[in-house]
Order: sequence, then C-alpha cells, then structure tokens
Amino acid sequence: MLSFLFRRLLQTIPTVLAVVLLVFVLFSVVPGSIASSMSDDADPQVELRMKKQLGLDDPVYVRFGKYIAKLTTGDFGTSFRTREPVTSMIAKRAWPTLQLIFAAMAFAIAIGVPLGFIAALKPGGIVDTLAMVVAVSGLSIAKFWLGLVLMYLFALKLGWLPSFGYGDGGLKYLLLPAVTLGVSPMALFARTTRAAVLEIMTADFVRTARSKGMSEARVVKWHVMRNALVIILTTVGLQFGGLMGQAVVVEKLFSWPGIGSLLVDSVLQRDIPAVQGSILVVVLAFLAINLLIDVLYGVIDPRIRYA
Amino acid sequence: MKLRANLVIGGVLFALAVLVGLLAPWLAHTDPVLDANLMNAEEPPSWTWWFGTDDQGRDIYSRVVYGARVSLTVGIVSQLINSVIGVALGLSAGYFGGWWDDVVNALTNLMLAIPSLIFALAIMAVLGPGLTSLLIALGLTNWSFTCRIARASALSLRSQGYVQAATVLGYGELRIMVTQLLPNMLGPIVVIGTLGMGSAVLSEAALSFLGLGVRPPFPSWGSMLSDAREQITTAPWLSIFPGLAIFLTVLGLNLLGDGLRDILDPQSRSRRT
Repeated sequence: MLSFLFRRLLQTIPTVLAVVLLVFVLFSVVPGSIASSMSDDADPQVELRMKKQLGLDDPVYVRFGKYIAKLTTGDFGTSFRTREPVTSMIAKRAWPTLQLIFAAMAFAIAIGVPLGFIAALKPGGIVDTLAMVVAVSGLSIAKFWLGLVLMYLFALKLGWLPSFGYGDGGLKYLLLPAVTLGVSPMALFARTTRAAVLEIMTADFVRTARSKGMSEARVVKWHVMRNALVIILTTVGLQFGGLMGQAVVVEKLFSWPGIGSLLVDSVLQRDIPAVQGSILVVVLAFLAINLLIDVLYGVIDPRIRYA
Repeated sequence: MKLRANLVIGGVLFALAVLVGLLAPWLAHTDPVLDANLMNAEEPPSWTWWFGTDDQGRDIYSRVVYGARVSLTVGIVSQLINSVIGVALGLSAGYFGGWWDDVVNALTNLMLAIPSLIFALAIMAVLGPGLTSLLIALGLTNWSFTCRIARASALSLRSQGYVQAATVLGYGELRIMVTQLLPNMLGPIVVIGTLGMGSAVLSEAALSFLGLGVRPPFPSWGSMLSDAREQITTAPWLSIFPGLAIFLTVLGLNLLGDGLRDILDPQSRSRRT
C-alpha cells in the first residue's frame, strides 16, 4: 500500500512542475506593462521604479527561477493591488471554498447516487424516466442562472434564506450556493450510478449469486453496490476539478469570499501574483484529491492495488 | 423508441437555436443595441414586449434572439478547434507511438489537471475580453477527452488488416491516418463534440457573466444575465429569458449527443452515462 502511494505521489510531481511552468509562462507574456496599468501617472521613471519594486525588470528566466525558489517555501509572492502576501490572502479564503465544495459534493452524492440507483432497479419505469429527465436538465442548466432563480425564490420572495454573502459561515448562508454548485454533479452521479448498476446487474457474478439462491437485497448490497462504488468514486474524483472551476462562478454570484472569487477579482484587476497563486492552489488541491481517490480505490477494490 | 426521442427533441432544439441565430435580423423586433428608449425601461413581458425590456428600455426578446449568435458561434467554433486539436494529437500519438505518444500523453494529463474553466479564465486574463479571446480560450482548453478517445481508437485500429493492407499498397502515413483511421473513429468524436458544444455554450455564458466574455453593449446570454443580477428584485424577467435560452440550447445539444451516441457508438450503449 505504501509503495503504491509513493509511486502515485512521484507521478504527480511532473504534472505539478508543468502546471507551475504553464502558469508562469502564461502570465510572463501578458501584453502591456502591469506597472503602467496600475497608475494613471505615465511618468516613465515612476513606472521603472514600480517595476523594480515588483521585480519585473529582471529577465524572464531569472524571474522564473526566483518564482520557483519562493514557491518551494510556500511563498506565492505579493499581491500587486493589496501588497498583501498572496499566501495569506489564499489561506483566508481556503476554508469558505472548501466548505462550499464539500457541501455541494455532499448534496450531489446524497441525491444523485440514490436517484441513479433507484432508476436502475426498474429501467424504463416512471422513476427511471423522471430521474433521467432531472439528470439531463441538471447538466444543461447554467449554474449562475439556477443560482439567480434560487436566490429570487428562496431569498427574495420567500425570505427563508439570505440572498448572498458569507455571514457567520453557517448552514443558512451555505445552502443556496451549495445547491447551485451541486446540481450538475448530482445529475452526473445519477446518470453514472444508473449506468454502472445496469451494467453490473448483467455481470456473471450477479447471475451466479442469484442462481445460488441469494436474496435480491443481498445481491444488491454485496455485489452490485460494492462494484458500482468504484465507478461512482471515479466520477466523484473527476468532478472535484470541475467543481473547483464552477465554484468561481457560484462564489462570484453569491459574493462568497472563497478562492474562486479571489481569482476572478484578481483576473479583472490584472493582479498577476494573486491569479497565479489561486490557480496553482486550485490545481494542487485537485491533484491531491485525485491522489486520495486513487488510494481509496485500492481500499475498495484490491485488484487495483496489485495491478 | 426512447433513444429516438433523445435525438429528435435534441435535434429540434438545436436546429431551432441555430435558425434563431441565423434569422436574428428578421425575427428581432428592434435593434438589440441601438433601440434603447428610457421611456420603455423595465417594462414587464406583454404583447408589445414579449420578454419585457431592460433598464435602458431595450427589447429583451430582440436581445435574446441576437444573443444566440454569440453563444452558438462560440459553442460551435471553439468545439471545432478542440476537436481538430484532439483528433490531430490523439490520432498521431496512437498511430506513431514512441516519444510523440509520451509527449501527447503528458500534455493530456496536464490539461486534465487544470479545471478547464479555470484555464479558460487564465487565458482570458492574458488576452483580455472579446469574442476572439473567447474562441481561443475555450478552443484550447477542452480537447483532452477527444484526444484520449482518438488515441485509443488509433491504437486499436492500426493493427487492423485493412490498415496493414493500405501500408502494403504504399499509402503515405498521413493518407492512412486520414482515409483509414479517421473515418472509423468519427462516431465517438462526433458525440464528444456535440456534448462539448453544450459545455462551451455554458462556459461562454459563465465567462461573460464574470465580465470576461463579449464586451457590452452587444448581447450575449451570459452578459445579459450578468446585467440582470442587479435588477433581480425589480425586473426578474431580465434573468428568466436569457437563462431559458441557454438551458434549451444546451439541453438540445446534450440530448442530441446522447442520441448520437446510441447510434454512432453502440458499444457504449449499455454503459450510457
């Protein structure tokens, strides 16, 4: 198990390095001077001084070297706008984002997986058809539109929930953003679960289990569920990345103080260190979750561990 | 029979969206940008103003109709770019193997490691808002699935008898790839492409909503929703219609993709997800 974990960890390193390089290259070619966009004062001397202050007067490879050196110590640089260390800006916003993503994921799993399961038990039935209509709609809806509609209904019309903001970070504030973010993974889980269960139901080992007289409930519990779990887990893992991307929109819509809204604000204000830092953190988190999912596979399905 | 329903409903919805975009100048009642009249500001939907008007008195119906052009152009063109990149990389990687395959694999893994909307956002940050930037940002960030499928197909197809026969006949490598391999992998590629168009329409809307898409005042469904957010209490109809337009278009593309998958990619029929 440990060697498996170690091997997977080693495989992640080149990807991390490539992402760091990509993020750096992308933003070291930003057209126009950042310093000049910062102040209306077009005095070239001021610009030069600002560039020096921000370390932008070095050649690109020197800047990259410095950047890597700083990264290894967990230093993402200093924000162009707020002059605050990017690391602490991100640290402040990590918890709200994690809260949002895990709440959305919990909603998606809690609704999507049982929905797909029930649908697959009677394929073609009313429940199945309805579940699939819900699923395909959930995948087709624009998240921020759904968010707007929910906001209108539950916050403005009914007044049950706050319309936006983080407040005390309680469930009341979390509910609308989490449901908004969770709808499309919910739809995907319903479809994946249904497909996985349908496929496993026709597998030889299920037929064998039935033919030796095992009750249907036990067949489903012991054979179908466990095997479907691996497929569902893969989908869950893959969705985390997508969710982090989508969280950007949802955070912005609900004024949720997470990494996503930091990223958007930084992009709009061309605050390059903050953009680079937020993207790197999101990608690292995504890779870490995928690693975790891979390890979980090994626990659920021993065949994978030995492969 | 249910499978056909996917295809028909999806096809009709998508065709309708394309028609609306193409016929926008004839369908629209007013100019989507110029015909602003503060006397008509924030009129609710009525016989005169089918979808109501916005805070500048512009006809929402006309803006939704014109907005189809931006959304569909971005959806179709950016997905075409993705498909071409994905097929070119995947097909050549699977066919040639060796170091090129390793390079393509590494690139694909890198793309899969970055959430595509975040990547597109980063590219938009560099290029600045606008239609061309949108096409580039969304066209470069969603080819990894196509690439994987093309590579896997090329790997399994290259040892087929007819491909070996073509080699013996002295076909060049490019010709083999284009005439022998490509037609045999087109099914799944078309399916991914159709579904990809749907997600490109959603991404365009998301980026426009974040203020990084098409510049105002020209309407896109995403930017209309972005404006509508401020007036959700006073004029909820501003949000309803552009959102519905996005929903119906993407729903059409998703159903069409599912339907096509059932026909073109029968192997995956049982494991439809």
